[in-house]
Amino acid sequence: MSTLDTAALGKPIKGPSALGTDFRRLAHLSVTLAVLEFKLRFFGSVLGYLWQLMRPLLLFGVLYTVFTHFVRLGAGVRFYPAILLTGIVLFTFFSDATSRSVTSVSDRENLVRKIEFPRLVVPLAVLLVAYFNLILNLLAVMVFVLATGVEPRVEWLALPLLLVALGLFAGGLAMLLSALFVRFRDVQPIWEVVLQMLFYASPILYVLDALPADVRPQVVRFNPLATILVQSRHSLIDDTAPNAWDAAGGMVYLLIPAAIAIGVVVLGFWVFNREAPRIAEEL
Amino acid sequence: MTGPASNTPVVAVDDVSKVFRIPHERVSTLKERALHPFRRSTHERFEALRGVSFAVERGEFFGIVGRNGSGKSTLLKCMAGIYRADSGAIYVNGRISTFIELGVGFNPELAARDNVLINGVMLGLSPREARERYDRVMDFAELREFEDLKLKNYSSGMQVRLAFSVLVQVDADILLIDEVLAVGDVSFQQKCFDVFNRLRDEGKTILFVTHDMAAVRRFCHRAVLLERGRVVHIGKPSEVAASYVDLSFGEGDGSAVQREDGRSGDGSAEILEAWWEDESGERQGMLHQGRPCSFHARVRFTNDVHNPAIAALFGNERHEPLMATSTDWKENGTGSFRAGEEVEFSVRMDMAFAPGRVFATPWVVHGGHRVMDRRPEFSSVVVAGSHVSGGLVDLPHDVRLEAGERSFQSQGGAV
Repeated sequence: MSTLDTAALGKPIKGPSALGTDFRRLAHLSVTLAVLEFKLRFFGSVLGYLWQLMRPLLLFGVLYTVFTHFVRLGAGVRFYPAILLTGIVLFTFFSDATSRSVTSVSDRENLVRKIEFPRLVVPLAVLLVAYFNLILNLLAVMVFVLATGVEPRVEWLALPLLLVALGLFAGGLAMLLSALFVRFRDVQPIWEVVLQMLFYASPILYVLDALPADVRPQVVRFNPLATILVQSRHSLIDDTAPNAWDAAGGMVYLLIPAAIAIGVVVLGFWVFNREAPRIAEEL
Repeated sequence: MTGPASNTPVVAVDDVSKVFRIPHERVSTLKERALHPFRRSTHERFEALRGVSFAVERGEFFGIVGRNGSGKSTLLKCMAGIYRADSGAIYVNGRISTFIELGVGFNPELAARDNVLINGVMLGLSPREARERYDRVMDFAELREFEDLKLKNYSSGMQVRLAFSVLVQVDADILLIDEVLAVGDVSFQQKCFDVFNRLRDEGKTILFVTHDMAAVRRFCHRAVLLERGRVVHIGKPSEVAASYVDLSFGEGDGSAVQREDGRSGDGSAEILEAWWEDESGERQGMLHQGRPCSFHARVRFTNDVHNPAIAALFGNERHEPLMATSTDWKENGTGSFRAGEEVEFSVRMDMAFAPGRVFATPWVVHGGHRVMDRRPEFSSVVVAGSHVSGGLVDLPHDVRLEAGERSFQSQGGAV
């Protein structure tokens, strides 16, 4: 029983959604939330940022001691400490962005249920915070890498591209996981296990050459994380190490990890976008 | 309320419905899902809104009222874009800000500046706008000297002040305000409403969800009454408030009968007569303003009853409620009464109502909601007085004017 002259009223509002109607608002909110969250972690304790840096460094110290003195995985590998540290810092970013995003939407319940905003802001802010951390950590890594005798090269310019690729993969997972968690609480323990598996399935502790020759291309082809790490080692640390396409057995094979990463982004966005209108009710 | 666009509503709700699905057994782990793939189909439908339509003009102060569970908060969340309506459409023309809670996004670990920033951005400002308005926010909140403190070191009153002053500076065209704003002491509430009134005068539109009828009567231009997700009444606040009172007290079993004179009830009690007396106890049809007087009603119970309540609502010629009272507003019950027993109910007061005719509506209820008998405007009395202030009541008061040495003083009101 419509008694209104709806023609004069313009478009009806569309309700909550992933992206909202105003792209700037999405950006403003994500950045504001991320900056304040970062600030909180930064100033939350006496040593603040030092702890953010200490975590990967301590992990590095332990792993370095174990794998050079006891297990000798790094024996004979050129710049093994630099490779190990870079790998740890990149993986820390990936694990930070994804595992913190899992509960992000329900952690922000007080916002989601109280006010209208593009729902995508929540996982996006988590991703941004992880990026802020990564950039600071990379500065420390750079000092370390230079100290171990690695020469700066033009190929270092590939770093931003690698970080964007890594961020896309992590962002896709962040959308997927945060949306699924609202309905299925067991996403959290599952993802913890998957993260551990990914850690060992990626060339972080070991270099690719340590694997049997027939397994090497499979790892690079089907684990986008491995693809990025292999290419990072080649571009940033040791240009005598194989690059991603050689390791995968040809340029063509890189389409597989690319497709996986893009597939995750598309799937993640699709799921998140589908859930977004009802997230406030499901929480 | 001028300009070419004044005929276009700023908020229009067109046939909006909203259903919540409440699962009988919350199935939320994958294992349960795998074991019982079809279980989720058993859920209850809760129709929170059913075909709600109304339009709000620019510059209106519009009340949305209803009892608990009537759908008013759901409606607010649909208009705010927090929930998606299942059917129908909502049109909003202008920048809208929602205040379901004060200080959304506030973090106790952050200082005032950061909290103003995040709250402002959540409410629709850009970070730059929020930073530009920071000074005005702090001045309005009168918290300038505490700006470096973390929010957790603020008293709750200071937090509310900070949050409220962000609200004022957000500068939205349309404000959606939930009743939870009615926290805080009376003086703060008054300050809130003063600000809302000022914003309204500036041409802002305010939609206000509440079940405080006094606030609706005082501040709203119009109001809508919801009951079980449906619009029951849209109109003047006084009418809506009266309907609300009817709903709250009048929801009975089917045996309550509405008669031609508006009388309703299930017949288990009868209001036999009602009258007014002056200070000497004489029945009167006219009373003098400011003098002691009393209202009386004689009630006979036709069934045995335990703890019934007798109430009276006084209203003026325009059916505006002036005052209500009830035996139910005290802790103790009234006790048991036998069938056939008669009681006399009375209300003693100094006549403070403005001159004119005053109507009394007595009613007898039981168990909170069951109306035993209700006789709208059953008895009336004329209040005589020469003092016409234009107000609904004239309370005794002093008026003073001071200018240096000279001073002026007089007593006013019903003296």
